[in-house]
Amino acid sequence: MSSLPPPTARDAVIEVKDLVSHYGPRMILKGLDLDIHQGEIMVIMGGSGSGKSTLLRHMLALETMTSGTIRILGVDIATANPRRLAVLRKKMGVAFQGGALFSSMSVVQNIMLPLVEHTKLDPATMAIMARFKLEVVGLAGFEALMPAELSGGMIKRAAFARALVMDPKILFCDEPSAGLDPAVASAIDDLIRRLRDAMGTTIVVVTHELESAFKIADRIAVLDQGRILFVGTVDEVRKHPNERIQNLLNRRPEDDTIDPDDYLRRLTAEHGTGARA
Amino acid sequence: MASVTTPSAAVRFLERVGRGSVRGVAEIGEGAGLLVQSVYWLIMGPGQRQPVRPQAVFAQMTEIGIRAIPIVGLMAATVGIMLAIQGIYTLRVFGAESRVTIGIALSVTREFAPLITAILVAGRTGSALAARLGTMEINQEIDALRVMGINPVRFLVVPAVLGCLVMVPSLTVFSDIVGLWAAGIYVGAELGMNMAAYVDELIQVLTENDILHGIAKSAIFGVLIAVIGVINGLSVTGGAEGVGRYTTRAVVQSIAAIVVTDMVFVFVVTR
Repeated sequence: MSSLPPPTARDAVIEVKDLVSHYGPRMILKGLDLDIHQGEIMVIMGGSGSGKSTLLRHMLALETMTSGTIRILGVDIATANPRRLAVLRKKMGVAFQGGALFSSMSVVQNIMLPLVEHTKLDPATMAIMARFKLEVVGLAGFEALMPAELSGGMIKRAAFARALVMDPKILFCDEPSAGLDPAVASAIDDLIRRLRDAMGTTIVVVTHELESAFKIADRIAVLDQGRILFVGTVDEVRKHPNERIQNLLNRRPEDDTIDPDDYLRRLTAEHGTGARA
Repeated sequence: MASVTTPSAAVRFLERVGRGSVRGVAEIGEGAGLLVQSVYWLIMGPGQRQPVRPQAVFAQMTEIGIRAIPIVGLMAATVGIMLAIQGIYTLRVFGAESRVTIGIALSVTREFAPLITAILVAGRTGSALAARLGTMEINQEIDALRVMGINPVRFLVVPAVLGCLVMVPSLTVFSDIVGLWAAGIYVGAELGMNMAAYVDELIQVLTENDILHGIAKSAIFGVLIAVIGVINGLSVTGGAEGVGRYTTRAVVQSIAAIVVTDMVFVFVVTR
């Protein structure tokens, strides 16, 4: 399906090694390893509570890890000083799940913000660059609107435009097609593939939407209970014999395999203050 | 049975008090840290190519200061007149109504103008800051800033702190003028004293120390309002309900902090 040469370990742009992470007393990621290669679309998939959002937040250096290392473009993000991290962040674009557009700024101001903050271009040039990105995501003509005036799909596309405005080497997308109608979701999937094909951007997509994952992924990492179950191409994941992977693919709830004693114990147990939802 | 439950209730109560105290101290520490960071970004920002934008500071000043002028003016005038009424009523007991000016002059400039102004700004700006930052937090806008390499303290907090630091004392001066003027009108109507004589008396009674006393503490109030608003805004969890809860918390905490700080300030400076 993909015409890319097989990726090698040498050109890994993101290397996650033995990542352990806690949320309060709860262990979310339990020693996770993942390599993401230059120019590939890596889809990180898993059910809710699998730790995929936490993994994304760690890769964006928004959380403090308990142990392990994450290297992005060769920079160890846990030990990098703020200035180094700031330089690295200019090479990363993020399209958040809800768009995270600044509600006090118009669409074009939102998209120009990274340019305003990080470059010394003159405002006219910045506006042209912002409009160019809006063209790319199919939002030309909407630059003067405020985020509150946009539909869900438009917000996501504007968020893509903002993520792309600095021409990042790595683009992170959190649930890019969740909550959208099928036509818009499909358009966003096409956009992601086009971006990679046109600019060679490495794209990391976190999603639980199977259809979208199968459509866009070069490789899929299946996350379950804080560990990587399997990393492979779409076909490899589809044909994988592991029951939990097949449960996820066939949308079978995992609670079928519940231990009745454990279930009873959980129902009757008194929960301490440590239980945070 | 009672002997079993009583100590555990007491222990639970103690634990609650302890946890509350620890959280309170932690929050004060957070506030201090935020203030230090704000000063750091204000001074070091340009060197790190992250300068504090003057436009953002002016926008905050407009919001905090200019837009508050009507309500601050109304409250200051009301308080001035109220003080004049009470002052004349009290002094009438001794037949010393004409001495009301000194009471009005000192209480407006040293206490009422800074306090009323700060409480109004806490209600307007403290709550707005907490709600805005809280909404940004739950919409991942703060995360978005961080991943863009834009420091949220520099981008969002410093303009608010600077805005409050400048505008609360400015509004206090405005309050002083309006409060004294309104009191003067009432005194004139009640005691037949003309405005020129009233102003003359004010100038004799007031020292620059009295005015500066009010301005100095209102600067502290301003910083308190901004920092408490920001801390609460950035602590928001739990969606829209959380935003509401922390916004209320910001206002209550700012007003409490203002009144307590006022007392401490007066104690330290006046004694």
